[in-house]
Formats: sequence, structure tokens, C-alpha cells
Amino acid sequence: MPRPATQDEYLASLVPDSVRGVSRRTLLRGALGAGALLATPSLLAACGGGNGGSGGAATGTVTLGSNQSDAVPKAAVQKVVDAFQKANSGLTVKINTIDHNSFQENINNYLQGSPDDVFSWFAGYRMRFFASRDLAADITDAWKGLSGMSDAFKKAATGDDGKQYFMPATYYPWAMFYRKSVFSKHGYEVPKTLDELRTLGAQMKKDGLVPIAFGDKDGWPAMGTFDQLNLRVNGYDYHVSLMAGEEAWNSDKVKKVFDTWAGLLDLHQPDALGRTWQEAAQTLQQGKAGTYLLGSFVAQQFKQGAEQDDLDFFNFPEIDSTIGSDAVEAPIDGYMMSKRPKNEEGALKLLGYIGSAEAQNVLVKADPSVVAANEQTDTAGYTALQKKSAEFVKSAKSIAQFMDRDTRPDFASTVMIPAIQEFLKNPKDIDGLVNSIEKQKQSIFAS
Amino acid sequence: MAKYKGINQLSGLDRVVVGLMVVVPTLLVVWLVWAPAIGSVLLSFTSWDGVGPITSAEFIGLKNYSDVVSIYPPFWPAVRHNLIWLAVMFLVATPFGMFLAVLLDRELRGTRVYQTAIYLPVVLSLALVGFIWQLIYSRDQGLINQVTGSTIDWYGDPRYNLWAALVASSWRHVGYVMLLYLAGLKGVDPSLREAAKVDGANERTTFFKVVFPVMAPINVIVLVITVIESLRAFDLAWVINKGRNGLELLGTLVTSNVVGEASRIGFGSAIATMMLVLSSFFVALYIRYIMREQS
Repeated sequence: MPRPATQDEYLASLVPDSVRGVSRRTLLRGALGAGALLATPSLLAACGGGNGGSGGAATGTVTLGSNQSDAVPKAAVQKVVDAFQKANSGLTVKINTIDHNSFQENINNYLQGSPDDVFSWFAGYRMRFFASRDLAADITDAWKGLSGMSDAFKKAATGDDGKQYFMPATYYPWAMFYRKSVFSKHGYEVPKTLDELRTLGAQMKKDGLVPIAFGDKDGWPAMGTFDQLNLRVNGYDYHVSLMAGEEAWNSDKVKKVFDTWAGLLDLHQPDALGRTWQEAAQTLQQGKAGTYLLGSFVAQQFKQGAEQDDLDFFNFPEIDSTIGSDAVEAPIDGYMMSKRPKNEEGALKLLGYIGSAEAQNVLVKADPSVVAANEQTDTAGYTALQKKSAEFVKSAKSIAQFMDRDTRPDFASTVMIPAIQEFLKNPKDIDGLVNSIEKQKQSIFAS
Repeated sequence: MAKYKGINQLSGLDRVVVGLMVVVPTLLVVWLVWAPAIGSVLLSFTSWDGVGPITSAEFIGLKNYSDVVSIYPPFWPAVRHNLIWLAVMFLVATPFGMFLAVLLDRELRGTRVYQTAIYLPVVLSLALVGFIWQLIYSRDQGLINQVTGSTIDWYGDPRYNLWAALVASSWRHVGYVMLLYLAGLKGVDPSLREAAKVDGANERTTFFKVVFPVMAPINVIVLVITVIESLRAFDLAWVINKGRNGLELLGTLVTSNVVGEASRIGFGSAIATMMLVLSSFFVALYIRYIMREQS
């Protein structure tokens, strides 16, 4: 700046720029600088990994949100990811493992915040809910060219609009589990009807065993018993529409289910509301209980090897001969893609891989308590229990998912859990119970 | 030193600083406390399920409130349990804490050790307290059942689990009240006590007729804390069994409806608003008392 020549110029130089006003030149210069600064990150992203080009090999990082927090399933997921990375050298997968219960509890916030590209979830109402509320992305592309998934599984993966939103990974059937050694020691036979089950239970009581182990401290295990009884007493179609809120809970059909259950309560382990399912499974493992109605994940409470080999199961006995016992409850676990993944190509590739037979081979080998959804999985390495589970579900005419996956989650957790626990405490007042459930159901399903 | 003439004597920068010191905390309180509270009250009139923008919530008037009081089975047991919690804290735990404070005020030998021991549970989170007592109360492996040979399911039997939780919670509450009260007792003018002694009063009379009335402000604080902690009771019941089967509390009902997959935000907010109204009633009483004191 030249030296001021007059007094006015000198006084003018004392006024700061901010007061004098920014000249047009400086403004343009600043705007250009700011604009360049803002544009740099997006320029760098376009140069670097990020979304791959059209077609060709996908590259970059794919994030995976996994709820498999227990040791065995967690290691299984890691093995699958390692195999995937080996087969796709341009892609890395970053696993984000969250505690199983916390994952489910925070799912709404998770999906509306910044979820991982791929996340673990379940088939059933819950999956269709997220698909229809625009929280999960359409993954029909990952299903293209996928072989080995039966129509039943494809149907379970389809949302209300006919597109696929879910990639099944594993499933596990619910059945009556028992120890072969205990049965052979006392000469028990597998019961095929409810009457046979009652006779067997009476015999087990005489031999000092608890006929049916039971632990409902967490609230959800008893839903399995309700589902099995409803499937046997009223049939699969009625069960599905009841779960969808289309049937009245205070109908005679539902009352019959609760009546049957009340009649069986003397065979169940007492004080169930203070016992977790793990503790009940340990009663079975210690040989103090005869049977236990649970999913095949009960095997996780048994030591690998001889103890797990001793575990066997039979289908829940038929109650009505016109309905039979060909409906099975087998919840399907799998993965979905979030609505706006950072690496869509990579995510779709990962999902396609998870659904393939080779990935599922790795999964079931690492966790022998579950069965692979893909039929082409190598079953030679299956334990006897896994083989039987696969056969069991394959030969079933209809597959249900489980109460808290087939119906609205707010109905299942805030109404059914307290209602069933109330029933277990007070099995005599069935009318009052079903009327209360029906009123609450109407209020929830109407909203 | 010159006399303070008010805010006008502060320089411009000082005024800005003071302004920020008032405005920033106020904004934080409004943003983190008032806005969510008012938001909860407003949401209780909707049937929002947490998905989508909050403006998409459907207004349904008082339906949530009528549902809560008429068709929601855990509600009235929860109110009962909260009131029982309040009664036990107020009639048993707090007086016992005050009693311990009075004893410790006598400056016995080892008073520091006793203070630390009694106060230690307060330092632990209620979740940890629940776990510690689980080791004592467990049906098959707990201390009580091992020693006495009983098979009572302390945490699982709805007849006993509320009382078991109350014992565990009182264990913590007693230490808290003891420390507050002890601090208050230390502030009592010793000349009052001497005067009472000279007049021939024994320990009991001294306490009830002289010390206790003088401690009125502390008494009110302890009372308010007791009431608020009882209405707010949540951690322990949640850790034991998520507030079911005999341990229903208003706090656990709100959480089980709002947090998690259930996401019945409108419904849960209605229960939360009722909790707010109940607590406000007691807080209003307290403020009336304070205002009367000052006038």
C-alpha cells in the first residue's frame, strides 16, 4: 500500500477493513478459496476407492454390522468374511459386531442413522416392515444367478412389493430336544401324540426327572411353546393370520390353545419365570430334565463332541389328527442391505457371496448348531444333529418364523411377553387373559 | 476496592463473557432437558413409531392415556410398586440413614471407617448393585439359599422380588442419606446442644426437640431426594429382569415401550408424561415450602 499523501488518506488507512467493507476482489478471492476447500473431499473420493466403476470388479471397503456377538457365531462370521476377501481381492470388509440384544433394541435408531452397508437381521414380518418403510434396500441383483435357494426361502426373502430384500444365511428348527442316553437308560419312546407325551411325562416324573425343562425369564422362550401348540391345535394358516392380527385373540380357538397349555403345565419345570433359557438347557444337559422345547441353538450349551452327539430331537407331537404335525417353526437369520450404502456394488457382492453354498459351508462348519439355507451346502461335514435338522425342515409342509418375528414387534414385546408371563403365573383365568390381549391388539394394529 | 455498581460498570468484553456464561448453559438446558421433555409430552398425543420424520406422527388425542390406564395390564401394578418403593424408602431407608448419621456424629472411634463402609454402595452403579445382589439372591447358587437351604426364587418369584430389590436399593439409599444428613449435622451450632445439655435434656430429647427442627432445610432436601429417587427407580429392576413379573415400575414401562424394537413412542411418552406430572406434584410442594420460608 503506498504511503498516504494527504491527511484524508492517512485517516482512511486507520479504518479497519471489516468496517470499510470488503472489496469485490477480496470477496471473489475468498469465495474461490472456500469453494476449492469444500470441493476437495469429493474430488478425492472420486479419485480413490468409493463406488467402483460400471460393471467390472467392485473395490473398496464394505461395512458389515453383525449381531453375532457370542463367541462361536462371531468366529464363524469372521471366517466367512476372510474367505470373501480372499475371493475378491479388491474388497475389504469391516465387521462391526454389536451385542445381540443391543443390536435388536437399537435397530430403529441404527437404520435411521448411519448404518453399515450390510447388516444382519431376520426373515418374517420384521424384514418386510423395514422394506416397506424404506429402511432397507432392494437386493434382487444379489439374488440373480444365485443357485441352491429353494422357493420357500426366496418367498421368505421377498418384501410386500415382490422384490427381494433379505439374504438367508442360516436357520434352526424348534423341536423337543432330549439326550439319547437318558432316553435309552429309562427305556423311553419318542411320543407321537399329545396323549403319548402325557404318559411319557408321568413316567419321567416317577423316575425323578423334570419332563419338560422351561425357562421364561427373558419372556420370549415361552412364545415358542405357544406357537407349537397353536400350530398343532389350529393349523398353520390360522397361526399366520393370528400373527398378522387378522383373528380375534379371544376366540374359542385361542382359548383352546391356552387350555391345552394349562393342562401341560404340570409337566413343565416349575418357577420358570426366574430361570433363563441357558439355565433350563443346563438342566437338560445335566440329565435332570427329560426334554426341552427350544431352537437347535440349545446345542451351544452342550460341549462339542460326545455331549453334542448325545443330543437329539423329535417333532412336537400332534394334537389333532386332522391337522397333523407337518408345520415346523424354523426362524431364518440372514443379512440385508441398508438404504443408502456407501459401497453398493461391494455390498451386493458380499450378500451374493453370503447366500452361496461355499460361504455357508464355512458358516455351518464353524457353528454346528445351525443349518445353512442354501441347499447345495456340503452336508457331508454336518453333525448328526445338523443333518437331522436339515431333513426336518426340508420335509416340513409349512415353516413359521417365531412369534416375535411373525407379528408386529411392539405387539410381541409389550403385550405378549407380559401376557404369557401372566398366564404362567395364573393359568386359571384364561378368559380374562385373552380378552385383555384382544383389546390391546386392536389398539396396536389399528395405529 | 471500589463498590460494585452493577453490570454497567463492566467493559464490553466482560459483558460478552457474562452474557455467554448465562446464555450457553441456558441453551444447553433448554436443548437437552426442556425440549425433550416438552417433546415427550407432545408425542404422547400421537401414535408415532419412531420411523420417519417426527412431523409424520399422527395425532390421536388422549387415546394413549386411556389405553394406558384401562387396557395395559402392567400399568396399575407399576403404580403400586412405585408407591410401595416410595413408602419403604420414606419410612425405612431414609430414617435408618438419618439414624446412622446421628450415631456417626458422636465421633466414635473409627468413624471414618464406618462412613466409608456405609457410603461405598452409593459409589457403585445400580447395575453393579443388581449384579452383586444376584450373587446373594440366586435361587440355585446364591448365598441366602446356600446358607439357609431354602429354594425361594428371590428374583423370579413375584411375591418376593420387589422386596428383594428394595433391600438391595435401600442398602445404597441408606449410605446416600447418611452422608447428606451427616453433613447437615456438622453444620448445627454446638452451642445449641450445650444449652440443651445444661437444661438437662438427654440425647433423644436433644435430637428431636433441638437438632431436628434446626435441620429443617436438610430434612426437606432429604425428603425430596427420597421421593424423586423412588419415582425414578429403574436401573435395578431393569437389570434384574427388565421390569417384568412383579418388578414393574413406571420407569421400566417407559423404557420397554420406547426403547428397542417395540418403539411405541407415543404410548411410552404417555406413561412418561404421567411420571412427570406425579414428580412435578412433589416438586411443587417443595417449591411452595421454600417460597414460604423465604418470604
